[in-house]
Amino acid sequence: ELGKDLLKICGFLWICRAQTIMKARLKGAQTGRNLLKKKSDALSMRFRQILRKIIETKTKMGEVMREAAFSLAEAKFAAGDFSTTVIQNVNKAQVKVRAKKDNVAGVTLPVFEHYQEGGDSYELTGLARGGEQLSRLKRNYARAVELLVELASLQTSFVTLDEAIKITNRRVNAIEHVIIPRIDRTLTYIITELDEREREEFYRLKKIQEKKKQLREKTELEIAARLAALGPIAEPANMLTEEADEDLLFE
Amino acid sequence: MAGRGKLIAVIGDEDTCTGFLLGGIGELNKNRKPNFLVVEKETSITEIEETFKSFLARNDIGIILINQFIAEMIRHAIDAHMQSIPAVLEIPSKEHPYDASKDSILRRAKGMFSAEDFR
Repeated sequence: ELGKDLLKICGFLWICRAQTIMKARLKGAQTGRNLLKKKSDALSMRFRQILRKIIETKTKMGEVMREAAFSLAEAKFAAGDFSTTVIQNVNKAQVKVRAKKDNVAGVTLPVFEHYQEGGDSYELTGLARGGEQLSRLKRNYARAVELLVELASLQTSFVTLDEAIKITNRRVNAIEHVIIPRIDRTLTYIITELDEREREEFYRLKKIQEKKKQLREKTELEIAARLAALGPIAEPANMLTEEADEDLLFE
Repeated sequence: MAGRGKLIAVIGDEDTCTGFLLGGIGELNKNRKPNFLVVEKETSITEIEETFKSFLARNDIGIILINQFIAEMIRHAIDAHMQSIPAVLEIPSKEHPYDASKDSILRRAKGMFSAEDFR
């Protein structure tokens, strides 16, 4: 019987410990969910900012390109058709881009930065006529390139953020609709189990108390009955009050 | 953390390419392969698509500029490009002004903004 009791107590302790663990897990899941929500909000805000900037820049780009195309037409008018010369004299690029990293709420965004390298390989194509239009043309297209590099950065950030936001929201939903309800159900189950065991214990104790009381009453009755059956009890002789002592030979 | 320099590629009509080449972006790599494609009336869609895919595969190209009317021809290839680098930018040409509703990137964000934002 002692072994059985010991098992019950161990089970009881184990359930208490499980409850503590589950409570800690619930707290963890809730904190995680809140943090992810904050991340999603921060990313979405940046996303909307970038989208606005993209629209703004694309519109500007339309204008810049129009102007550049116009100056190209002017230059062609002044210098004749130099397209073939240009296309065949390609060698090394003077304008390149570098990819740098930016960071928003833990998401790395690629950013393009343009830089110059080397001199103008078309220096010699000043061409006899139309030199001024040609240099204006080059400047316009250089400006267009700068703007387009900026636009490219915005675009890559846009795409990267889009993905990141989707993933983060998926995680938030997973925690909210799967993990937390699961922990809640486990906790409820544990509490019900605890309650039931407590009731069982209580009931058991009451039963034991009753049994003990009954046993005690029964024993008392038995003792009283036996005493009565014996009759008056002969008390053993008291040496001090004795009148005559039989053992004395001489008086 | 800056990476090594990357090129800007161009797929466009003759005027567009000439202009940008004068802007200084043109280069021939070790194998004399250019980072631009001049698209003429005779250029086949297959050739355009092949060039586009080869630009995507090259790791020294960071940005691809492409005239919007040409992008329309290979729209499926552009939409399939999910990565952020190289960035694909659609630019207007002389005959075809920029149309926001056709832009791949902006279509992804459809519903997040209205036509008013473009005015």
